[in-house]
Amino acid sequence: MKDVKISIKNLNLYYGTKQALKNISLNIPSKQVTAFIGPSGCGKSTFLRTLNRMNDLIDSVNITGEVLIDGIDIYDKSLDVVNLRKRVGMVFQKSNLFPKSVFENLVFGLRLNGIRDKNILLETAETTCKQAAIWDEVKDRLNEPALSLSGGQQQRLCIARALAVKPEILLMDEPASALDPISTAKIEELIHDLKTKYTIVIVTHNMQQAARVSDLTAFFYIGELIEYDKTTKIFTNPSFKQTEDYVTGRFG
Amino acid sequence: MELNGKDSIVFETLPSDSSFGKKTTRFSRYKESLIKLFFTLNGLTALIFIILIFIFLFKEGIKAFSHIGLLDFIYTDRLDINNVVQRVYEWYPTSELARYSLVPLLGGTLLTAIPATIISTIFGVAAGIYLSEIAHPRFREFLKPAIELFAAIPTVVIGFIMLAIGATFFQELLHPSNRLNAFVASMGLSIVIIPIIASLTEDALRSIPVDLRMASYGMGATKWQTISKVILPAAFSGVSASIILGFGRAVGETMIVLMASGNASNMTLDIFKSVRTMTATIAAEMGEVSQGSDHYYALFFIGIVLFIITFVLNLFAEIIIFKMRKKNTF
Repeated sequence: MKDVKISIKNLNLYYGTKQALKNISLNIPSKQVTAFIGPSGCGKSTFLRTLNRMNDLIDSVNITGEVLIDGIDIYDKSLDVVNLRKRVGMVFQKSNLFPKSVFENLVFGLRLNGIRDKNILLETAETTCKQAAIWDEVKDRLNEPALSLSGGQQQRLCIARALAVKPEILLMDEPASALDPISTAKIEELIHDLKTKYTIVIVTHNMQQAARVSDLTAFFYIGELIEYDKTTKIFTNPSFKQTEDYVTGRFG
Repeated sequence: MELNGKDSIVFETLPSDSSFGKKTTRFSRYKESLIKLFFTLNGLTALIFIILIFIFLFKEGIKAFSHIGLLDFIYTDRLDINNVVQRVYEWYPTSELARYSLVPLLGGTLLTAIPATIISTIFGVAAGIYLSEIAHPRFREFLKPAIELFAAIPTVVIGFIMLAIGATFFQELLHPSNRLNAFVASMGLSIVIIPIIASLTEDALRSIPVDLRMASYGMGATKWQTISKVILPAAFSGVSASIILGFGRAVGETMIVLMASGNASNMTLDIFKSVRTMTATIAAEMGEVSQGSDHYYALFFIGIVLFIITFVLNLFAEIIIFKMRKKNTF
């Protein structure tokens, strides 16, 4: 395995008294695409959110175990969560652009850091839009409301917005599940391009998508990590019967 | 049984005790329409009453113009001791030379309502932010009704407290020129308006989709940045509507200003002087005025002015809230 970016050790997560993640350990390599698959309610999205501590926003969540990013425990009490979330960007299932202009959405992260220099803002907006392959579509519409873009454009703008903060890791929670096939193809192509620079973790319902975009795949089932291996192995020659049943469509 | 339509399709007969297919009786249909009529009438009655009040108010108020000229509602020209014409803005309807200027009354209303709205906006919006974004959900369940209860205190009680205790307190603290003044009244008004603004602000903030908060936190925004840069701007129209409604309430409120403002119609911009508002004027004088007199119609005219002000303010707020709802239904 290449350099490990995120290392998870014996992670347990409880919603109140209900255990949602059971003793999960795995290593996520740097600058690769890792996909989490599994049936609804298996904990894959919950697990994704433990990687940038978005679960902190839910009151009743309790977590034990370790999540190390570059060797640093992100659940250390003295750790600055704000900084963590800048390093670990996130793209959500439904595009959640702010009701502001395209440009203001793009530079939101920079404004949070107090950057006001118009040139820097414009430059970042352009580079991140080019990275997210949306620059040609929005360059003449920067001052229009972001919500006037199409669904697929909105989602790619969300990715551009996340990239503008210069994260090292990009978490994607079913980023294409609400999109049409053409927009989905664009997002998948984008993921492929982005992995040269970013470590990408993607949760997906769509097994073909996992097979197409990821290098590694983890299969979750009722809060447990059943199998984690190279994507080609998971989809052609899985070691466990449950994995095989799921990827061949026998359940799920 | 063939389904291609060529052969006859045989339906199974229903069991004889099945209620399916039973016809409604004439009585039950009659009952349904009666019930419908009852509730329709009740709903319409409220509307009819408002329209009737509106018509009556305008019918009586418009007569003021045949008794008193429109300009007389603004100023009166009169001779002073040296026989020089002086233009006065006074409300002295019972004087021998009656003066009906609404300017000091409008001034009194604004001098109590505007400071009250400013104070209430600061505290009310802050309380709304606290309720929506900071308070623990279980504490909010308890606190929100508690704050709303403040708006339900009879205003005569608030007026009495301001008159008896509040005025003395502020007299010792600030040494105003009049013990009862616009400032004391606006403090009393704030007690009623803060809960209105707080409650409506909380509604507006909570209507912002949780996705937007997630987007903001996910990019490393702190709680305060999320509130100030995402949630408040997104809820701007709702928060402004709550402030407008609060202002409308301040303009229309009667008992507190009647008791705590000193009730003297001064033409002043000094918040520490006694003033008289439009509402208090109607409340204080309507009982003693002889029906059909100039004074009587003048009071109705004040009613029209008040009605228009509050109607326009409420209309504005409704439009803003309506736009807000449309904006959030993506």
